[in-house]
Amino acid sequence: MNAPLPPIEDLVACPHCDALHHLPSLGENERAFCARCGSLMVAPRARSFLQVLSLAFSAMILMAAAVFFPFLSISSHGFGHASSVFEVAMAFSDSWYAPLSLAVLMVIVALPALRFAGLIYTLWPLANGRPPWRHAAFVFRMVEESQPWSMAEIFVIGTAVALVKIGGLASISFGPAFWAFCCLIIVNVLKNAYMSKSAIWEAIGKG
Amino acid sequence: MSGPEIISATDAGLTGCTQCGKVWPAGTARCGRCGSHLHPVDIRSLQRVWAWWWAGLIFYIPANLFPMLRTSTMFGTQENTIAGGAVELAQHGDWAVALIILMASVLIPIAKFIAIAYLAFTVRVPGQRGGRHLMLYDVVEFIGRWSMIDVFVVAILSSLVQLGFVATIHPGPAAVAFALSVAFTMLSAQSFDPRLIWRVPPTPDPEQPAPQVTRET
Ligand SMILES: [Zn+2]
Ligand SMILES: [Zn+2]
Repeated sequence: MNAPLPPIEDLVACPHCDALHHLPSLGENERAFCARCGSLMVAPRARSFLQVLSLAFSAMILMAAAVFFPFLSISSHGFGHASSVFEVAMAFSDSWYAPLSLAVLMVIVALPALRFAGLIYTLWPLANGRPPWRHAAFVFRMVEESQPWSMAEIFVIGTAVALVKIGGLASISFGPAFWAFCCLIIVNVLKNAYMSKSAIWEAIGKG
Repeated sequence: MSGPEIISATDAGLTGCTQCGKVWPAGTARCGRCGSHLHPVDIRSLQRVWAWWWAGLIFYIPANLFPMLRTSTMFGTQENTIAGGAVELAQHGDWAVALIILMASVLIPIAKFIAIAYLAFTVRVPGQRGGRHLMLYDVVEFIGRWSMIDVFVVAILSSLVQLGFVATIHPGPAAVAFALSVAFTMLSAQSFDPRLIWRVPPTPDPEQPAPQVTRET
């Protein structure tokens, strides 16, 4: 190459397109986009750790409520029935497709909860200005890599579709767990808006 | 400042971490910051894309042939495939819902298979393709997980509709096949390395020997 490269510590490669960037030092509210493909590379870091941390805590509490309270109940012609989220997942359990029940439970309850717990583990010391705890890099990497498999929001939309399918067959009422799930989705959207992946990696790298 | 000014980490003899973006000398095995496995931009990674793609396609066939739901009412038992359920809704006059379900569980999975295959075929030819391919990849990655909605609907219906002789709903084998098909297609999309979109033809460079040669040391 013609021009000498800056020191390797100051370089960043876009995870999407491999374009090499010389990392500028950004101000509090500035963000950096990839010059080639336009994906976000550095998000603003202002105040983000503490906010993400408190949102992750709220999400954990909501998830506990979502698991233990009734989710939906149905009644028709004198027959009634209530289901918790756990029972919904167990719908596949009485036949050879029992493993699917386990998978559903994983993607709608266990994985979202584990991801929030991992986020708390990563951010707790960082938000207090302390060096990261042991294995924080591994934990945060797992949190990031498992993102596509965490499907709580898809489950909530699935509820709406199921209700339409039941239609006039029976009357449905929502339990506290349903509303907890809805709040969980909102909290998760807020968390994603506040979270700066690049700032967290930088903080972990320094520790 | 665009176009030829931008160089790839690979061309500079470096490997970028696809998780955290940190740059390491070519040949480094693991990212020293986040610990993720570093892999160079390599056309051979498409093999994994195709392997998962075929697995997803194979399971998509029973997912459509077998019933997704078994509904028992006072009037008898009825089995619904994915498309059959949508048709039935349309017959009841729920056109909008029928269309959404048909979109989500028939059109989108098929479009996903086509989109991944298109990406995997076109990146074989090196060159700067730019943003449109990346946009297609982002759409496939984003939308892929949403197909799982059908499996959740089956789970909700079968656990909730347990109303004695009025109506009971049980899941059918297609639910398992469909879940596997969606999971495999997601893995196929995740195996696709979007950096291939910008891959430039490998130039014979004596200072940067091919990966096979460096492995001997
Ligand atoms: Zn980029
Ligand atoms: Zn890394």
